[in-house]
Amino acid sequence: MDRIICIENLILEYQAEEGSEPKRAVDDVSIDIERGSFTAVIGRNGSGKSTLAKTMNALLLPTEGKVYTAGFDTADAEHLWDIRQNAGMVFQNPDNQLVSAIVEDDVAFGPENIGVDPDQIRVRVDEALTAVNMYDYRKKAPHMLSGGQKQRIAIAGIIAMKPACIIFDEPTAMLDPKGRKDVLGIIHKLHDEGITVVLITHFMEEAAQADTVVILDNGRIAAKGTPEEVFSLRNVIQSAGLEMPFAADVADRLRAKGIDISEGILEMDELVEAICQLK
Amino acid sequence: MSIEVKNLTYIYSEGLPHEQVAVDDVSFEIGDESVLGIMGHTGSGKSTLVQHLNGLIKPKSGQVIVDGEDITAGRADMSRIRKNVGLVFQYPEYQLFEETCYLDVAFGPKNMGCDEEETQRRVKEAIGLVGLDYEEIKDKSPFDLSGGQKRRIAMAGVIAMKPKILILDEPTAGLDPEAKRGILQLVRDVHEHEKNIIVMISHNMTDVACMCDKVIVMDRGRKLMDGTPSEIFAHRKELESIGLSVPPALELIQKLRERGIDISEDAFTAMEAADVICEVLK
Repeated sequence: MDRIICIENLILEYQAEEGSEPKRAVDDVSIDIERGSFTAVIGRNGSGKSTLAKTMNALLLPTEGKVYTAGFDTADAEHLWDIRQNAGMVFQNPDNQLVSAIVEDDVAFGPENIGVDPDQIRVRVDEALTAVNMYDYRKKAPHMLSGGQKQRIAIAGIIAMKPACIIFDEPTAMLDPKGRKDVLGIIHKLHDEGITVVLITHFMEEAAQADTVVILDNGRIAAKGTPEEVFSLRNVIQSAGLEMPFAADVADRLRAKGIDISEGILEMDELVEAICQLK
Repeated sequence: MSIEVKNLTYIYSEGLPHEQVAVDDVSFEIGDESVLGIMGHTGSGKSTLVQHLNGLIKPKSGQVIVDGEDITAGRADMSRIRKNVGLVFQYPEYQLFEETCYLDVAFGPKNMGCDEEETQRRVKEAIGLVGLDYEEIKDKSPFDLSGGQKRRIAMAGVIAMKPKILILDEPTAGLDPEAKRGILQLVRDVHEHEKNIIVMISHNMTDVACMCDKVIVMDRGRKLMDGTPSEIFAHRKELESIGLSVPPALELIQKLRERGIDISEDAFTAMEAADVICEVLK
């Protein structure tokens, strides 16, 4: 297996105040992320998802254990820029991620910083904006755009760095239904084009579309597997403060009523098919 | 208690090149003890609209009449209006500032002029209403709480002012499913206890369908529709064309109907959907 991110027995502790007991946000977590895969991380607020994500590109360093990104030990300061260039991050609030007054300047910020040749920057910016369907907005001011559009600009800024992996930390949490759909569509497109995706989300429907789902609870891995496997663990889902994807929930409830509906349904259209077959 | 909004118009950056009509001739009424949902895509004018309801911004034209009093009139007593109309912003936990939860929740009632005893009574009641343990939490720093708890304390700060109209701007945004269910239950409990009017902005169609008596749909500053949740969500195609959707339960049923299954449209939740599907399959 070609692993882009390799997390070994990671422990991460915070000290809230000086002199206080450290809090353990991530507690002995080991995960391998395969190159080109799509991994969703779910768990309640405070379960350690964002902390875990921030260790993947060296925004946070392990208290104990190791994180290797693209083969580099994240604790090795010498390779910080190799790590950040390989693993980009998109956060929840687009307003906190945009730095320039013009869209295309904002997207150029990353490649400029890593010393990309100016001609190449132009190419990369145009490609990145085209990839998120925002090329027509390249001369606009980011603050005049909608939340979903701003989030797409933030993603373009990462794409322009040509990372192998993008870590999305609840990128759709602040968006309206259309903004969510657009951003999620872009994430899937990037994955189809070969980028490794790690998606942290509170939306179970989004997690159901990943290759692998990881449930974090209290800083530990409570479950890991395909969406079909993970979402069949009703008790784990419940004790981790999560919920079933809508279609799986309805299918379960129908089964409980004695209706013989197939297992492993996660998507609305599968459910519609299954019900039509029974009719 | 009632709110009447008449021909409300608000323009951002008026006279500048990027002038934008944020609220465009909007009228509606909210009756006593009702729960109103406001939906619309980002930038449709929802937040701007509700900021008029407690006089935080003044309209370009039109009126907001709260309990018979025109709050847009120059002589309106704003401090009294803000006592009556409480506004909980998006991500209210970012507005916590005091050293302890008690002090944070007490800030509003104290400012309104409540004495020590009354303030304490209200803080106790509000913390209880948001589902937290008063004794356990009162001396804690609000910054040591979990995300869901922080939001509850921030909401308690507004609830302790006992507003007759409580406005919530996306109260469940960014929360995990369990915390989200908790916040919605809290809103129901507060509504039941205080018998107040609730105005709730939400992007979550199921929440709107289950919580609200009446729904307003905003699009580019205009009121596109209003009606009961059933009336509104019957217009799936129209809602989708402005970037909204219907609750998944209703989407499922409408898709089954499109496939020729004659099924009741009376379902907003997974449980209700399972019930009506079960009926046609048996």
